[in-house]
This record gives sequence, structure tokens and C-alpha cells, in this order.
Amino acid sequence: MIPLTYFLILSAILFVLGAIAFFIKKDLITQFMSVEIMFNAANLAFLTFAKSTGSLDGQIIVFFVITVAAAEAAVGLAIILLLYRQKKTIKTEDIQSMKG
Amino acid sequence: MAQFLFFLLATICIGAVLGMIISKDQAYNALFLIVAFVCTGGLFGLLDAPFIAAVQIIIYAGAIMILFIFVVMMINLRKGLEPEKKKWTLYFAVIVAAVLVLELVLTLKGALEPAGSSTVAELGSPTDLGRLLFTKYLYPFEITSILIIAALVGAIVLVKKRDKA
Repeated sequence: MIPLTYFLILSAILFVLGAIAFFIKKDLITQFMSVEIMFNAANLAFLTFAKSTGSLDGQIIVFFVITVAAAEAAVGLAIILLLYRQKKTIKTEDIQSMKG
Repeated sequence: MAQFLFFLLATICIGAVLGMIISKDQAYNALFLIVAFVCTGGLFGLLDAPFIAAVQIIIYAGAIMILFIFVVMMINLRKGLEPEKKKWTLYFAVIVAAVLVLELVLTLKGALEPAGSSTVAELGSPTDLGRLLFTKYLYPFEITSILIIAALVGAIVLVKKRDKA
């Protein structure tokens, strides 16, 4: 029997690693991947709480998060592809046309 | 046994994410991420959620990452990847991460106390999930399907090459 706190701590670590990757990485695709890692950490926390309260609602929420993440990935990658066609780059340093 | 499995999966998962942070090649990043997602799927299985574990592996490690790899293939940046300059963002990220992990652990430590760990949980079998999905969560389910259709059409319209005529 694994203590559920371990799962929560793992979820926190994964979320923070995703946040670090988002800050450090300089290309849009990898930043997008780190957002997916943060989604996964949140899902892990949802499932842990679903198990601790003994209800299935947490699992349903995770199901919805996964479907919405799929839709989000499709649209986001389409936008990245479009940006690459127009600017020939996906580095965040080179995309500054909205910088104040 | 379950404890050993948990630590194995957690180690591989964190290692894969660290590998993604260190590696500079986007294709390798995507492969590392597939490993991380499969391990998370295993962890979901340990949490009595077999259906969600299957969905995680099929949709995340399968569909979404294939999408990523396709885009990495279309955007070939192999030549233009110079080493990233270490700037203040790195230090900023580490500081923010330290604060955040401290905060999250402190919060989550007390989160399980009132509920008490491991009541007799019903197993998340596909039958139970499906019944719940089509009764209590019918409207969110239908709205999600509309969202997916909209995202599909939107993605195609965005990426489609327009005729010059």
C-alpha cells in the first residue's frame, strides 16, 4: 500500500519541472511540451484525490482534461506551424513583434 | 511490490522530464516525453484508474505525441540550434521553482488529512465511468465533443495553404 502523499509530492515535483522547462527552453514546441507535463501533474493530483475520497468524479475530470488537452494540442501546433511559415523561426527570442 | 513499482515509475518519469530539460533536440524531447507519459499512465493504473491509464497511453503517448513529432518533422531546425545563452531567466526559473515546490509540498501535506487515506474506493472500471459519463456528466461530455469538432476544423483551416488567386 503506497501512501497517497507520495503521489501528491510526485505531482508537485512534475509540475515544477514542467514550469522550469517552460522558463528555460527557448523554442515554442518544447515549451508546449512542458505545458503538457504540467497537465499530467495536475491529472495525477486529481486521481490521487479521487482515490482518497473514494469517488469517481475525479477520474471523470481527468478524462475531460485529456480530451481538452488533445484539442488544445491540435490548435496550438497549427498556430506554431503557421508562425513558422510566416517568420521562418519558432524561437521565442526572435518573435517580438508584440513587444512593447 | 506496488511500492517498488511506484518508485521505479516515478524515477523513470522524473528522469525523462529532466532529460527533456537537458536535451537540445526537439525530436529527442518528444521521445523523452513519450517515456514520461507512459510512466504516468502506469502511475494512474496504481491509483485504481485502469481506464484513465489506458486513455492516457492511447491519447497522450500515442496521438498527441505523434502530432508533436509530425510538427517537429515539418519544422526542421536541426541546423539552426545554437547553444542557449544562460541568462537571468535560468536563475529566475530556479528561484521560482524552489518557492513553488516548497509551497506545493506544504499545501499538499495537509490536504489528505480530513479525508483520511484509502477509503474503500470503487474501482474505476470502464462500466462505472461510462455510466457516470452518460448520466451525471452528459452535458459536459456533449460540449467536449463540440469542442473537439471546433478544434479539428480550426486546426485544418489555420494550416491550410490559401490559394493565391
